[in-house]
Amino acid sequence: MNIVDRRPNPKGKSLSNRQRFLARARVEVKSAVQDALRKRKVADVAHGEKVAIPSRGITEPVFHHSRRTGKNDIVVPGNKEYVRGDEIPRPQGGGDGGGRDGSPDGGGEDPFEFTLSKDEFLDLFFEDLELPDLVKKSLRDTTAVDLQRAGYTVTGSPSNLSVPRTMRNSMARRIALHRPKLSDIEALQARFDEAKERGASERELAELMALLDRSTRRSKIIPYIDPIDVRYRRYERVPKPNTEAVMFCLMDVSGSMTEAMKDLAKRFFMLLHVFLVRRYRHVDVVFIRHTSTAEEVDEETFFYSRETGGTVVSTALDKMIEIARARYPTDRWNIYGAQASDGDNYGADSSRCVSLLGGEVLSLCQYYAYVEVGDGMGGGLSGLSRDSDLWRAYSEVAPAHQHFAMRRVGDPAQIFSVFHELFAKGGVRA
Amino acid sequence: MPDTVTLEAAGTLPLFTEANWDFGLLRRTYDEIEKIALEELGLDYYPVQIEVITSEQMLDAYAAVGLPLMYRHWSFGKRFAYHETLYRKGLQGLAYEIVINSNPVICYIMEENSMTMQTLVMAHAAIGHNHFFKNNYLFRQWTDADGILDYLSFARDYVAQCEEKYGLEAVERVLDAAHALQDQGVNRYAHRSRPNLGEERRRAEERRAYEEETYNDLWRTVPTPEKAAADPDGTEKQHQEIKRQLGLPEENLLYFIEKRAPRLEDWQRELCRIVRHVSQYFYPQKQLKLMNEGCATFVHYEIMNRLHDRGLITEGSMLEFLHSHSSVVFQPGFDDPRFNGLNPYALGFEMMADIQRICDHPTPEDREWFPDIAGCGDAYGVLRHAWANYRDESFILQYLSPAMIRRFKLFHVTDDAAKPSLRVEAIHDDWGYRRIRTALSKQYDLSRREPDIQVVDVDLTGDRCLVLAHYVHDGVLLDDKTCRSVLRYTAQLWGYAVRLLEIEAATDKVLKTYEAETK
Repeated sequence: MNIVDRRPNPKGKSLSNRQRFLARARVEVKSAVQDALRKRKVADVAHGEKVAIPSRGITEPVFHHSRRTGKNDIVVPGNKEYVRGDEIPRPQGGGDGGGRDGSPDGGGEDPFEFTLSKDEFLDLFFEDLELPDLVKKSLRDTTAVDLQRAGYTVTGSPSNLSVPRTMRNSMARRIALHRPKLSDIEALQARFDEAKERGASERELAELMALLDRSTRRSKIIPYIDPIDVRYRRYERVPKPNTEAVMFCLMDVSGSMTEAMKDLAKRFFMLLHVFLVRRYRHVDVVFIRHTSTAEEVDEETFFYSRETGGTVVSTALDKMIEIARARYPTDRWNIYGAQASDGDNYGADSSRCVSLLGGEVLSLCQYYAYVEVGDGMGGGLSGLSRDSDLWRAYSEVAPAHQHFAMRRVGDPAQIFSVFHELFAKGGVRA
Repeated sequence: MPDTVTLEAAGTLPLFTEANWDFGLLRRTYDEIEKIALEELGLDYYPVQIEVITSEQMLDAYAAVGLPLMYRHWSFGKRFAYHETLYRKGLQGLAYEIVINSNPVICYIMEENSMTMQTLVMAHAAIGHNHFFKNNYLFRQWTDADGILDYLSFARDYVAQCEEKYGLEAVERVLDAAHALQDQGVNRYAHRSRPNLGEERRRAEERRAYEEETYNDLWRTVPTPEKAAADPDGTEKQHQEIKRQLGLPEENLLYFIEKRAPRLEDWQRELCRIVRHVSQYFYPQKQLKLMNEGCATFVHYEIMNRLHDRGLITEGSMLEFLHSHSSVVFQPGFDDPRFNGLNPYALGFEMMADIQRICDHPTPEDREWFPDIAGCGDAYGVLRHAWANYRDESFILQYLSPAMIRRFKLFHVTDDAAKPSLRVEAIHDDWGYRRIRTALSKQYDLSRREPDIQVVDVDLTGDRCLVLAHYVHDGVLLDDKTCRSVLRYTAQLWGYAVRLLEIEAATDKVLKTYEAETK
């Protein structure tokens, strides 16, 4: 008998099979992901998801007998009351009488249920948002890196030259190869000069001369520093331990915001959250909704409760500043703001918004994004022909601040454009 | 067994007292198990290789239908996703082991099993299944235990090469179609081994010599019926000749397609062949589920009890084992929500334990039913004989005793689609024993469980339409929906239209016709 420990073998042998399966069931899985998205919380978006897909596209049919035809003999255990000749009403819907087909490949109408991993889920999620591939990558790989010393290497840039290490190698080599020291040569020279002066014999002079020659030649052949001595300091890139971030979600919940608009806003918040979670170890989410007054609420209330009343945007900004001051000092927290609105505002309030935003809010934030959501009629941007109050007001602030972005969004596919700007600049300045 | 006695007198220490295990302990325990298996149960098995794996690797192994190497295909990914979900939800525990019928037998055990479970698993898989693999006639006849791993590794590489060369999609199309026919891709009966050329020549000479010896010119003058008259232009005869040359009728659809499909390329034929070989490898297992699991369960039960008798495992481990054993052999009744057909572990184990009882402590009833084995006293001998020479169907027909029928309270119901209700035909009484036994044995007969489908004709001179026939027994037709999809796959491989006739076996009447065109 032989015992082999296979545990160190690579796991995930069936990973490529799984990818093939997902590709096969792409249409079904995608629509399941869409559904799941509606039900999820913002902070949960980047988790794996259990999805149930109809088994239509992924059946593996084989010939088998129909259970509804002909005469079948069945032998089953557990008889309690029947005697020969009893009639049993036919069980409905694949009941107990006949052996049920419990296999996963039974080809029934039951939905096929399985769990998507986080990355698979995000892939499908991003696909819908039409992220360009390049950006998708940068978004997923956004982890800060730090350089860490990791030994020495024989190649590198001159600035990384390690002089002590190089000199040590050089000395070892020189000793090993018996390179004459400068003092030895000088001593020989001195002896030669002295011998010449005292008028030594030709033979002695020639001997000394030869010795001197050899030493000088040897010191030339064996260089003081050889390229093989050179060592450079090596650095490795290691992920930097990330710090904490807080994300403020501000949304207008007055009557003019329709469900579709809120759904768009939710998608936007989700994407920002995905980004932050990938960048920071810990992300807090604060939900602030406002009508004519602002309050901090939980997620459920934020997205799904309806309020009536006017719209005073500055109240939300006030609230945000207040919370940030109280709970999220800027030296410890990276603050991100995201605001969604249909652009309506109480006329006289807009100027106050501008001063708040341009003043304190933007100085607090790493990044602040404003999305103006439309109904998606007329294909997005062109649907919003008239600039809203808030849009006009914020337009004044925008040029002066690079970390402020504003966009109009008519349907989910456009949400990403907000982020495009963010990454086109090579990331947020942290 | 003087050894045992002295050991016991000296107070044998148990092999282990804790749940943790290490490699040394596994080996020591295996040695003890092996001693019992060889000396007391008289088993004979392949060498064993035990491989320790993690639960993730176990899930991987599940997905590849239990084989350590498998070519890549989305359906295995689907299986993986399915099992993973069940496992994560806690609906399904993982199997404690997977065992592969190769030489040496590879037995996977999971690292998180307790030592008691490892002992059980080694007795069950490394010994029980192993003995069965090596001895049962179906495995001996059909399964090439020495070559299977090499073949699978070839198959995997070949499929990967094809994917590289012809694209994932093209390969997937062929594999999908071949998978749909995999149940029809096996040889059910061993073909006569083809004599080699030398043999052929020798036989031809023998025939000629015989003809010369028995030649009598008189026969030439006997008038023969004029064949040409019945079939003026000989088309019927020609047709028969073509069918004979094509080897029709042919039950192995995949084989026929691989050899004869007009439009397949070589690599596509090879893919069909791979699917066919894998399917053939599993063919005995399908017919031996009950006996295979029964044998392994019986063997582990015997071994665990003997280990306990010798004081090699503690009372605590014994209880842990019994708990696990009794949940494995649990058989819910037909009206229980947990009911999912007859549990092969339960029926197999109980039948074998019953044979042991009949051999050792027979009742008068047993003496009447099983005169040749009742009271013979050599239960292991009888069981070894049964393990080697029977399959599920014949095993039940031979050995299902009235006591077992009573114990399981088996009853026989007929479900005739023409009638509004089911009818109880037989229950566990004198009148019913034999009927139940026959009906249950039929239920395990693969040739009845799986549709009997054959290639009967192909019109090579005309539209090249492939004609399949499903021989209908007891009026049981094919499932309409799956039949149509499988036929579409078949047509895709064949390259031309495919027709399937449902023919009543008793009367040759065509009940239904399906047709599939190529797109």
